[in-house]
Amino acid sequence: MTATTSSIAARLESLIGAPHNFPDSFDPESYAIDGAVPSAVAKPTSAAEAAEIIRFAAKEKLTVIPTGAHTKLSIGARPSRYDIALDMCALHQIAHYDPADLTVSVDAGMTIPALNATLLEHGQFLPLLVPYYSQSTVGGTVASGIDSPLRNAYGTARDFLLGAEFIDGTGALVKSGGRVVKNVSGYDLHKLLIGSLGTLAIITRLNFRTFPVPITPRGFLACFRTHEAALHARRKIAESPLTPLTLDVINPGAAKIFAERTPSAPEPGIFSGVSRTTTVSALPLPGEWFHPNDWQLCAGFAGVPEVLDRYAHDLTDIAEHCGAASISILDDGTRPSVWGRLREALALFRESSPAPAIFQLSVLPAHQAQAITILESVANAANLPLAIVARASGTLTIALLPEGAPEHSAEAVSLLTQEIVSLSRSHDGRASLLFAPPAIKPRLQSTLNSHPRSDLTLMCRLKSAFDPQNVFAPDRLFPNPL
Amino acid sequence: MMQNLIREIEQLLGPSAVLHRAEDLLLYDYDGSPEKGRPDAVVFPSTTEEVSRIVKLAAQYNVPIVGRGAGTGLSGGALARSGGLMIAFTRMNRILDVDIQNQRAVVQPGVVNLDLTRAVEHAGLYFAPDPSSQKSCTIGGNVAENAGGPHTLAYGVTTNHVTALKLVLPDGEIVSVGSTLGDASIYDLCGLLVGSEGTLALITEVTVKLSRKPEAVKTLLAIFETIDDASETVSDITARGITPAACEMLDGLTLRTVEDYIHAGFPLDSGAVLLLEVEGLTEAVTSQAASIDDVCRAHHAREVRIARDDKERDLLWKGRKNSFGALGRIAAGIYVLDGVIPRSKLPQTLRRIQEIGDHYGFRIGNIFHAGDGNLHPIVLYDPRDAEQFERALKASADIIRYCVEIGGSLSGEHGIGTEKSELMSLLFSDADFALMRRVHDSFNPQCSLNPGKVFPLSKGCGETRIRQHAAARSGPGA
Repeated sequence: MTATTSSIAARLESLIGAPHNFPDSFDPESYAIDGAVPSAVAKPTSAAEAAEIIRFAAKEKLTVIPTGAHTKLSIGARPSRYDIALDMCALHQIAHYDPADLTVSVDAGMTIPALNATLLEHGQFLPLLVPYYSQSTVGGTVASGIDSPLRNAYGTARDFLLGAEFIDGTGALVKSGGRVVKNVSGYDLHKLLIGSLGTLAIITRLNFRTFPVPITPRGFLACFRTHEAALHARRKIAESPLTPLTLDVINPGAAKIFAERTPSAPEPGIFSGVSRTTTVSALPLPGEWFHPNDWQLCAGFAGVPEVLDRYAHDLTDIAEHCGAASISILDDGTRPSVWGRLREALALFRESSPAPAIFQLSVLPAHQAQAITILESVANAANLPLAIVARASGTLTIALLPEGAPEHSAEAVSLLTQEIVSLSRSHDGRASLLFAPPAIKPRLQSTLNSHPRSDLTLMCRLKSAFDPQNVFAPDRLFPNPL
Repeated sequence: MMQNLIREIEQLLGPSAVLHRAEDLLLYDYDGSPEKGRPDAVVFPSTTEEVSRIVKLAAQYNVPIVGRGAGTGLSGGALARSGGLMIAFTRMNRILDVDIQNQRAVVQPGVVNLDLTRAVEHAGLYFAPDPSSQKSCTIGGNVAENAGGPHTLAYGVTTNHVTALKLVLPDGEIVSVGSTLGDASIYDLCGLLVGSEGTLALITEVTVKLSRKPEAVKTLLAIFETIDDASETVSDITARGITPAACEMLDGLTLRTVEDYIHAGFPLDSGAVLLLEVEGLTEAVTSQAASIDDVCRAHHAREVRIARDDKERDLLWKGRKNSFGALGRIAAGIYVLDGVIPRSKLPQTLRRIQEIGDHYGFRIGNIFHAGDGNLHPIVLYDPRDAEQFERALKASADIIRYCVEIGGSLSGEHGIGTEKSELMSLLFSDADFALMRRVHDSFNPQCSLNPGKVFPLSKGCGETRIRQHAAARSGPGA
């Protein structure tokens, strides 16, 4: 421990006491972000204590990065300074839940599966089935801005986050929104926290709308020889009266990984009607469901028997008309294996390569076919394995998965990054990096940030409004030109 | 000073684009709220660039600006509280682009809500937010107030349907935020701006999501002896995992008044009616309508009517849609309130509203979006009587205070505007205001856009701005 480290730690200790300051499992390395290790870790047990730490940091001109389960810290740039990791996991209670209102107010450090376990007792859930589900905290997930396969039916956090409590850069405990589903009272500041990567405020509590758990969910899988055929089928479904819970197309590269790998995260159990005590330690291999030579369309649906029949009939009909090579309806024995892989795609892609670079490109569904054609051809030419998940709601997860060390593929990855940026520009899209090897990440980040935009000044002013002294995660989200 | 600004704007846009005679301004000194506030001039730009030029000129003269759509707002958002220049978006009423396949449209702010739906319904699409004023209100106004409507229970309010905006900032700078798809990068400025009531920027272009019309719709009308039975029905429907597309309730006073007016067939001695709508796949709708029917009967519904066709559906909706007008017939004026409560607190809230009405000597009808706890108590009063008006405002404040006390909020869909700016302290602390104010100032540092709105006068810049401008107007050259 350096002198600075011990000095910060000692002062934090005098602020909130030793036990919280150095958790039992304290290992600064485990809070590292792309190799940047914090000088101290603080684990507050209340929002007031967290606010105290922020006031201390502001006074001492220290920088703070809030952390949850550390599963999505790879999103965003390496911090230029990282004095204090603020571990929010000790704030993990449900503050308010009235099932009849379908709203819940929950501390930032509670994990999503723990929250869903309680909601499930009342037949409700929060549709944030995100990667690393079994560990993810609600605060970290919202701050990461990541979406879930259920986006097709429920939207993103933006659509069901009703309000928040948080600590701004002056150390003030602030709130916005409320606990009701309709509310126009003051500015929706909580929406700004979604995807903010801890750069605006420390989220202490979030209020969500909850949803009834869909009854008897089923899956649908169809194989196509080309992405054009698979995307055409997806479009026909989107234009039909059907409203599937999930609707994704995966490329052969992704199908190969799904066929060979098993996510370690358990099935949430939400849709199986099983109780929360059921923990499947791993999802079984999905056998013959994934075909490494095909483009596959995966849909999820639910409802009463008549509705299930209608989905099975119409989906089959559409897939056949679009030239599907094979079609399967997944019952509740096999469905979780497929859904679990779609949910954990990011984790599975990361595991499958020594130097993965994983992007999210958000473009309108109609522009995805062209994007995929270009990406596939550039990746093929560079001999770079590529996995893609294309959501009907618009996000493409693009994983570049070199088989060797990062330095051997740096040029090819860089080339594809430029393609992604140019696709994003030409279609008014948004491109971001979900994961990259630290050695090449700054270069990729700077390619992504090269996009000129008219709203950057506003973003910087907003950052200053929340965090006048730049206490929170400087440079994580965008280089601050101020 | 104002004359010079008017002259410069006339040179820029032509004299037909500016109104400044007292008799012309009369039409712009009110909106749907009970208050008034007259601008010194109204200008009608046609493009974003014109808006930008007007804003730059107004900044030179230090004149405040208020944006206005159709003026149907109920909280005073479009009132020129401190005079100044009103930018009316009447001429910016073009639909700029429709992308059927991707279900997006780009519109100017002056496009009327229902006109957008009419323009895309041939492709089976529609714009989901449906405020009662949708035949006349504009999408720009919907964005400013984050408007709702009866069908937002299942489909969300305006903010859930806006993906990108073009803005003019108070210094005239033009900025685009959001993306066509809707995913933000860096911060969700679009999410911040929707519902910011014109206090951060002027919105000159809106990209919206278009929704696909459902295959089947079933509308049910259930008649109950008591409000409690109707409320419990709503809770029970929710508990069964059914999310109706709409779930509207009328109380006894309202339904009797409606019955006198349009003869909707409501029994005069009933306590409440529920209007419910389920939408989606034919098979799903059939089973949901059957479940709702069961629930209503289990809670002692006297009668449940299910519309067999569009004509019957319109008939069932007729009572709801004419309820404001019906109440208007039995009083000199109506004051429509807007509050939100946790939906499980409906019965006790209605009892409290009744008590407040009795206390202040008003009859209060209740029409509300029961599914999402959004109340619209309607105070029957005589707006010509200043004492009654003051009393009505007090009754309103008491009702809103109660909503907040039981875990609700100040406004569900009408906004804060001038109407509730002083009530904001019920919900927000000094620290909350301090941050909101810094966010406000990061867009609108001189308080030149819509001053005196949203923030209580003591917490915002409204007071100083209003005083400054009042001084300037009465000073030399004004």
